Amino acid sequence: MHYARPSSMKEASSLMAKARGKAFLLAGGTDLLVRMKGGDIEPDLVVDIKSIKGLSEIKKTARGFSIGAAVSCAAMGEHAGLKKAWPGVVEAANLIGSKQVQSRCTIAGNLCNASPAADSVPALVAAGAKAVIAGPKRKRTVAIEKVTTGPGMTSLAKGEIIEAILLDKRPARTGDAYLRFIPRTEMDIAVVSAGVNLTLDGKGVVKAARVALGAVAPTVLLVPKATRAIVGSKLDDAALERLAAACSAACRPIDDKRGTIEFRQKVAGVLARRAARIAYQRAGGK
Amino acid sequence: MPGIAVTTTINGDEVEFICPAEETLLDVLRDRLGLTGAKEGCGTGDCGACSVIVDDRLVCACLMLGAEAQGRRIETIEGMAHGEKLHPLQTKFLEHAALQCGICTPGFLMAAKDLLAKNPNPTEEEIRFGLAGNLCRCTGYDKIVRAVQDAARVMKGA
Amino acid sequence: MAFDASFTGQKFKSVGTRPIRPDGIDKVTGRARFGADFNMPGQLVGRILRSPHAHARIKKIDTSKAEKLKGVKAVVTAADLPDLTNGDAAMFDILDNCMARKRAFYDGHAVAAVAAIDARTAKQALKLIKVDYGVLPHVTDVDEAVKPKAPVLHKSVFTEGVDPKPKKPSNVARRSQYGHGDVDAGFTAADAIIERTFRTEQTHQGYIEPHACVASVNSDGTGELWVCTQGHFAYRQTCAQLLGMDVSKLRVTSSEIGGGFGGKTHVWAEPVALALSRKAGRPVKLVMTRNEVFRASGPASATSIDVKIGAKKDGTVTAAEATLRYSCGPYAGMWAELGAMTSFACYDLKNVKSVGYEVLVNRPKTAAYRAPSAPMAAFAVESVMDELAHKIGMDPVKFRIKNAAREGSKSSYGPVYGPIGIGPTLEAAQKHPHMKAPLGKNQGRGMACGFWFNFGGQTCTDLNIGIDGTVTLAVGTVDVGGSRASLTLVAAEELGIPYEQVKVVVADTATLGHNDMTDGSRGTFSSSMATIFAARNAIKVMRERAARMWDIPVEDVTWEDGHAKAKGQKRGNLAPLSIKEIAAAAPNTGGPIAGHNEIVADGAGVSFATHICDVEVDPETGATKVLRYTVVQDAGKAVHPTYVEGQYQGGAAQGIGWALNEEYIYGKDGRLQNAGFLDYRIPVCSDLPMIDTMILEIPNPNHPYGVRGVGETSIVPPLAAIANAVSSAVGVRMTHIPMSPPRILAALDAAKA
Repeated sequence: MHYARPSSMKEASSLMAKARGKAFLLAGGTDLLVRMKGGDIEPDLVVDIKSIKGLSEIKKTARGFSIGAAVSCAAMGEHAGLKKAWPGVVEAANLIGSKQVQSRCTIAGNLCNASPAADSVPALVAAGAKAVIAGPKRKRTVAIEKVTTGPGMTSLAKGEIIEAILLDKRPARTGDAYLRFIPRTEMDIAVVSAGVNLTLDGKGVVKAARVALGAVAPTVLLVPKATRAIVGSKLDDAALERLAAACSAACRPIDDKRGTIEFRQKVAGVLARRAARIAYQRAGGK
Repeated sequence: MPGIAVTTTINGDEVEFICPAEETLLDVLRDRLGLTGAKEGCGTGDCGACSVIVDDRLVCACLMLGAEAQGRRIETIEGMAHGEKLHPLQTKFLEHAALQCGICTPGFLMAAKDLLAKNPNPTEEEIRFGLAGNLCRCTGYDKIVRAVQDAARVMKGA
Repeated sequence: MAFDASFTGQKFKSVGTRPIRPDGIDKVTGRARFGADFNMPGQLVGRILRSPHAHARIKKIDTSKAEKLKGVKAVVTAADLPDLTNGDAAMFDILDNCMARKRAFYDGHAVAAVAAIDARTAKQALKLIKVDYGVLPHVTDVDEAVKPKAPVLHKSVFTEGVDPKPKKPSNVARRSQYGHGDVDAGFTAADAIIERTFRTEQTHQGYIEPHACVASVNSDGTGELWVCTQGHFAYRQTCAQLLGMDVSKLRVTSSEIGGGFGGKTHVWAEPVALALSRKAGRPVKLVMTRNEVFRASGPASATSIDVKIGAKKDGTVTAAEATLRYSCGPYAGMWAELGAMTSFACYDLKNVKSVGYEVLVNRPKTAAYRAPSAPMAAFAVESVMDELAHKIGMDPVKFRIKNAAREGSKSSYGPVYGPIGIGPTLEAAQKHPHMKAPLGKNQGRGMACGFWFNFGGQTCTDLNIGIDGTVTLAVGTVDVGGSRASLTLVAAEELGIPYEQVKVVVADTATLGHNDMTDGSRGTFSSSMATIFAARNAIKVMRERAARMWDIPVEDVTWEDGHAKAKGQKRGNLAPLSIKEIAAAAPNTGGPIAGHNEIVADGAGVSFATHICDVEVDPETGATKVLRYTVVQDAGKAVHPTYVEGQYQGGAAQGIGWALNEEYIYGKDGRLQNAGFLDYRIPVCSDLPMIDTMILEIPNPNHPYGVRGVGETSIVPPLAAIANAVSSAVGVRMTHIPMSPPRILAALDAAKA
């Protein structure tokens, strides 16, 4: 196995594009090294992106936040401005693994590993986040939900590397939240999860909403019916029931060692309801 | 295939080694540098027995390549005491019998050291969630939590 | 000289105090050496190739390419481990489990092994070994395996213990039965009967340290083995036999052990490491990965248990019956039998019957796990007892007290009890403040009782008085959780000296006589007894030396407070002699001073416990949180109370994990799906509350200090305590362990429908 530590995106992208054999990117390594240990993969080349200029920074701009691909989730949790604007995204990122894993893992890595149960992705999708992707020839920016295409699969072409994750500036009266179900209190992969992002009007009525579910389909599900269930309401009980029902109905889960179809369908609705309430409070609703 | 030459700092000492690219930091510490305090309990970041501190961040050594140690500052259990003087956490773990078989103890001490460095006054819940990345099968965690609470008290007073 | 092992009721100076353990500093500084922390010059890396099939014939193994790979020094298969078991079926099973001979019986069964110069080469070599498998139908479920159409693992197995002997082979290896009285009559006399079937999934001891050893065999038939084990003498015996070595020529040193709980009382890869070393002519270090530990060491049984209990309105149990099916893996064991023995051990019953069936399945070989087989049986029995108490309208604790076994009761497994602690633990639990803690919405309280036998066994100790008067105590029972601290206290107590002057070491097999394993909660019980007698032997010698130094008869010398004292008014001018002074004079009074003891420690007391548990269940998700947990257990005499508490808490934590989340999950292909700590979910720090402990001391009459074994009983009650708490919290009776959230949610939904 070869190990490379380029100092520029250009170099990294070129290495990946030209690689013969199996080439992998290394940010936090908390998925890559696990797969290597398990014998799943035997890389011929590992490209460490942590020395690339700018990739370890969280930048606040007029348009919002740009989170470099090498920023650890722990660093995200320490960024007061990011936490204030996007508490749901940050709490999702901070749920991945343990403190030890948090010191290393990245949301870019979480996204590209493309597990259906990835913790940060439902919150990012609900937040309308985008990914800046750098290739050997050009850069492009896409909605987060367009990056993963199936379990373990992304839409990135050979040589393309995520450079940053973008989050918009937060207007007033917005709030997001992420909840996941795990059987213990820590350390587990999400059995089912829900990310909710709300915008309220001056009277506390839901003006806009994005509801995303994790671990209930091959990729994260954005649920338009859930949006329609609550837009125009003040999240009264009936609206929340409609929300839960829409989420349960949208699920396409499987039975596996972590949960059953029934369980995931039911709890998806429960979590969406609970996350919506928290997002509503964060947005200033009562 | 030639190995990768790495220069790093471990417990304050400059250290050089050569390792294959695929070797983890844990393999390097244990098999090349004779620092067997960090343990392999699972090799996949689920048990925390290999916890070390790298540039002031708590990490699992099994989830880092040896090559990534280049230019970094690494702290292991072997560097926790200063000569004969034990760190208050080490003393409190002994006083409270926060270890039975002791295999998880180096990892817990590193994790607790990191926890108290960042949060010198933790609640019981913060201690429990902060140490959730370290598995213990012998103690049921009760005496570990009490040892950390007592160490926090002593370290604040000092 | 034989010493009397009877309880003396003496007052203690050292025993019962809480000093810091003597081996602790090494463990908090990272200096302690565990199984994988040791290396020998020139050692090779050993790795094992394992079957990916649950059941398959091994038609052919071609190792030629692996042998030719540069850097590979040895490749072994079953051909390198000839059958030297001489008709000993149990030994043959061990041999076959270490390296499959004709068939692979489970996903993970070892089929070949390599020793190479580094890990990368060893990994490559494994890939070059070609195994030609003939895949066979498999069965992994304990209930499926007993059905008539199930694939049969061994055509030579006809159920033992049934009359007449069955005509067809099956997966039921043996039937055992315990009990007395007439259960049919008893059920007829009952006013209320509860009958239920329960299932518990397979669990693993979950020790954080994977199996690891360094083996070195020489061409002259001598060898050394460094290994993490609960019983280095047992390992020596087994390995020597399987490799055709003289026992005395194999020196086994036990490393510090990173958890065992019964799982390190059997050999797994050690004979293979020795075989590799023998073939390669170099030491071989063989460490299992976590994946291998789950797939190929020894988990506990999965079970299916039917329990029926009947009682009168006044709370008297009139009959109790249990039928227990326990999975053994591919080789028969006595797991169901232990379940049958322990099922009703807590109670004084006129009519009781328990029948056990050992079931073979295509899973790794079942091994002991802390009070083996008792937790599952207790889950079933204590759940039914709880339900029955509610049915007749009696408080569950009062119901237990009414039927509790006491001194003189005939146990359900045969012997008559001496003084025991079940009644006292129940009464103490009743009065415990936990019982008064307030409970809110969706919260409930449950309690349950548990029992374990505790064993004695062969034990040797050597107590040597050093030239400076300090004391070295060499013992042969591996220290799994702090027993060296307790033994230091015992030696100090007997000799009458400060704790700091005693150093306890665990000796290797070349330097001490045979010691049985540290299991059956026997560590402190047996070693303390042997230590007491070794100390008394040493005192006898020191009195003789003092007598010689004073030139008086030895009958006039007593031993008090660490000194020899001359008795009688005439001796007033003779100042007492300390150990230091006697030791200094030893070269002139007869040479080195020591006390030895070799015994079969008899009379280990049985140990009872009552646990109380509060839980909160989220009715929308089935998630269960443990709010409060209390262990009340009888220790006989707590030599070092802090370590006794630690055993209580550790066992309870394992039981909680077992009750709520831990299970082996097999796919339809017979492969283990969760062979790691990510999806085999043991409790993490945030899952548990503080675990309150209460140590009762009802002395064991067969130990000088009254010591009983304490290590195991605390894993027995939690499964039922939690199930009973869940029932109290949200009104559903859980009969399938673990009570994971999907199972609880499904039960709640079914109850609503």
